[in-house]
Amino acid sequence: MQTQDAISAGYGGDKPSYLTNGSTLKSWLLTKDHKRIAIMYLISVSVFFFMGGIYAAFIRLELLTPASDLLQTATYNKVFTQHGILMIFFFLIPAIPAILGNFLLPLMIGAKDLALPRINLLSLYIYWVGGILTLYALMQGGVDTGWTFYTPYSTTFSNSFVMAVGLGIFINGFSSILTGLNFIVTIHTMRAPGMTWFRLPLFVWAHYATSLVMILGTPVVAITVLLLAIERVTRVGIFDPAIGGDPILFQHLFWFYSHPAVYIMILPGMGVISEVISNFSRKKIFGYEFIAFSSIAIAVFGFLVWGHHMFVSGQSIYAGLVFSFLTMVVAVPSAIKVFNWTATMYKGSISYDTPMLYAIGFLGLFLVGGLTGLFLGSVGLTVHLTDTYFVVAHFHYVMVGGQVIAYLAGIHYWWPKMTGRMYSEFWGKISAMLVFVGFNLTFFPQFILGYQGMPRRYAAYPEELQVLNIFSTAGASVLGIGLMMPVVYLTHSLVAGKRAGDNPWMLPGLEWRTASPPPTENFEEMPVVTWEAYEFGEENGLDIESARKASGPSVPVQA
Amino acid sequence: MQNSSWIPFFPEQASTFAWQVDLLYFYLIAVSVAFAIPIVAAIFFFIVKYREVEKFATPEEIHGSMVLETVWSIIPFIISMTIFIGGAIVYFNQYTMPNDAMEIYVVGKQWMWKAQHGTGQREINELHVPVGRKIKLTMTTEDVLHDFSIPAFRTKADVVPGRYTYLWFEATKPGRYHLYCAEYCGLNHSGMVGWINVMEQRDFDNWLAGNTSSQTPVEMGKDLFENKLGCASCHAGGANQRGAKLEGIFGKEVKFVGGGSTIVNDDYLRNSILNPASQVVEGFQPIMPTFKGQVTEEQLNALVAYIKSLTPNAATTTGAPAAPAPMGN
Repeated sequence: MQTQDAISAGYGGDKPSYLTNGSTLKSWLLTKDHKRIAIMYLISVSVFFFMGGIYAAFIRLELLTPASDLLQTATYNKVFTQHGILMIFFFLIPAIPAILGNFLLPLMIGAKDLALPRINLLSLYIYWVGGILTLYALMQGGVDTGWTFYTPYSTTFSNSFVMAVGLGIFINGFSSILTGLNFIVTIHTMRAPGMTWFRLPLFVWAHYATSLVMILGTPVVAITVLLLAIERVTRVGIFDPAIGGDPILFQHLFWFYSHPAVYIMILPGMGVISEVISNFSRKKIFGYEFIAFSSIAIAVFGFLVWGHHMFVSGQSIYAGLVFSFLTMVVAVPSAIKVFNWTATMYKGSISYDTPMLYAIGFLGLFLVGGLTGLFLGSVGLTVHLTDTYFVVAHFHYVMVGGQVIAYLAGIHYWWPKMTGRMYSEFWGKISAMLVFVGFNLTFFPQFILGYQGMPRRYAAYPEELQVLNIFSTAGASVLGIGLMMPVVYLTHSLVAGKRAGDNPWMLPGLEWRTASPPPTENFEEMPVVTWEAYEFGEENGLDIESARKASGPSVPVQA
Repeated sequence: MQNSSWIPFFPEQASTFAWQVDLLYFYLIAVSVAFAIPIVAAIFFFIVKYREVEKFATPEEIHGSMVLETVWSIIPFIISMTIFIGGAIVYFNQYTMPNDAMEIYVVGKQWMWKAQHGTGQREINELHVPVGRKIKLTMTTEDVLHDFSIPAFRTKADVVPGRYTYLWFEATKPGRYHLYCAEYCGLNHSGMVGWINVMEQRDFDNWLAGNTSSQTPVEMGKDLFENKLGCASCHAGGANQRGAKLEGIFGKEVKFVGGGSTIVNDDYLRNSILNPASQVVEGFQPIMPTFKGQVTEEQLNALVAYIKSLTPNAATTTGAPAAPAPMGN
């Protein structure tokens, strides 16, 4: 057992924590503790992620050869649809907010819990109900509409389980709305004394912006899915032109939510990256206010650009031009963030632990994803590129390269706080590199395939496109291995990992000023914040000398 | 075959748009590289130069710089505006329909493309066109959304049930080019592919002559109008005329009962056949029955072609310039 000195030096032992506060199933399922709810989200979201990943593997294996041979086209259509639905609605949207946001927001602002703890538990149950219903529909035979559910195919022609999956997504949407609502109320009302708006960590700002999109945008997709259901059952003629409806109306409604939803996926990731880059450079982030406000700007502008998904849908030339212009405007706050992250490293003291490796990988992938967004925002070029693999590559760079890599950075960064254990740095670094290399090998060739004209959602393709598809499938194998590794070494760390200590990275954030893992009430006494965000140095109560002497388990080998 | 262009991994340039789109593409690649290289270089330089030398060291505080933030907001904004303007110009070219084009009707159907030439020839999953002539496709679908996509021409447009969308191109060299359906349309989406055959004018004329031409769309429409559907009983003039006179109506402005007006174009004619009560021309009673469900998309195309033929030079006054189709209301 460790001594009291060691504990004060930041390498605590077995104190009562949220993990030891009851071990029965009931103590978990009826908990109101945001940390336990976050852990339950972590497990459930991971299950959906790996299911979506298995579908992805089938897609890439089918595309290894030009013919539709591994899967019949009917199966292939269901596989890519289900890959999209599981990944978007059940992984990308909830991953960072529901797991890391849930766990960390109260800790970061010095609160005992979220403002509405019962609502928080309810949102987890809603997620489960939506998820189980969707899984049931997939087991029964699945759905083949594509995750976009375009009408009139989805209302009239598809014989698959559109209603059940739609209902699953409809229900799941309420989980998102409640989480967003809870975060906004919490950030407004639960901040510790001294935690002013401009002392908030940027992770919190990013979640504030995300929550705005969640509560304003998600009802629209719920209504859209409801209209789709009404149309399928009653044939009243909302979307089907054969009975007087308008198929383009569906696209407007769908993208009015689903474009902002891209920002639900990426903004929290940007929040994680701001934390990791600043903290692992041990420097206040460059241009704090610009990063904070650019999050809000992205959230607001995100609502104005839905029409850029419809440049070739038959909308007027002038509508196309307006949406193209607005899309170009959104590029600017994203560019600002990249500049600021880079500038933050200038004259820093940078350590290369696993989270930082992931964050640097994120910068590279987000750069490609963001720049190719300009290609797709430029109307004349998009006419050629849209509905091809260029789009597939682009949104995977943004949503997977951006969100998944940021999520992995975040999981590694806060793992010691969540579990009280350190994982293997060696395996962490290997996985970060495999993910980066595998990802680029998978998706970069798809830009070229797209410019060649290979349409998306094709089970078979012309033979001259095979070489690039082989590269892509090979990359997917590497990526798959890279993504499986953290499951193994993180799980292993739970039983055999070294004790992490309260503040293994010696950081000033509030979440690092309580035990690891934190006690149920988060802080033993109400913290009072007297320092700015990301202010390093001894005067902020960080006992750096003792920490150095204690030479804890996380000391990096480089220098 | 494809893939004989001057850059590997690069589709053939075979239409008048191709070089414009490619120019835009190269400009964007140049911008991306110019933007990415300094950033990536800076990241590498910083991670090497400023790596941690002492554990938990506290480096110098730098909070930000208003000047830098302003500069790196304005420069991306200006660059993004040049990209926007370039894209806008190309888009205008792609989607502003020419008045002097050769018209071909295209109907999408799960899972094939059906084309009909003005001279009556029909083809499935193949489209023969002459080189160096503007071709305008008037497209619709019998079932779900499709998308007519020709990568070598760098253009595509969605095909939407219940309305017409338009696509035009001018092929610049003879050859055989991929045609794809690019909008997911169900089971055999990836089988809804075909070829565009671009031929020299002489070969094209031979091809036309060699294919037994069935009724032209105008002839087919006339037959429907006069015999099969009985449109003539109300619209042909004489004592029984209860509907609007159709001679010379195409391209003219008509006023509606209850206000509003439109220039008569393909979409208006189509809508008047399917939803006759929705836009009744002033001076007439809303007595025409709907033909919805009684006419196929191809018959509709034929009827529209016939009514257009009643107006001399109608082909040069093809309705609204907006495209691929006007915003539906």
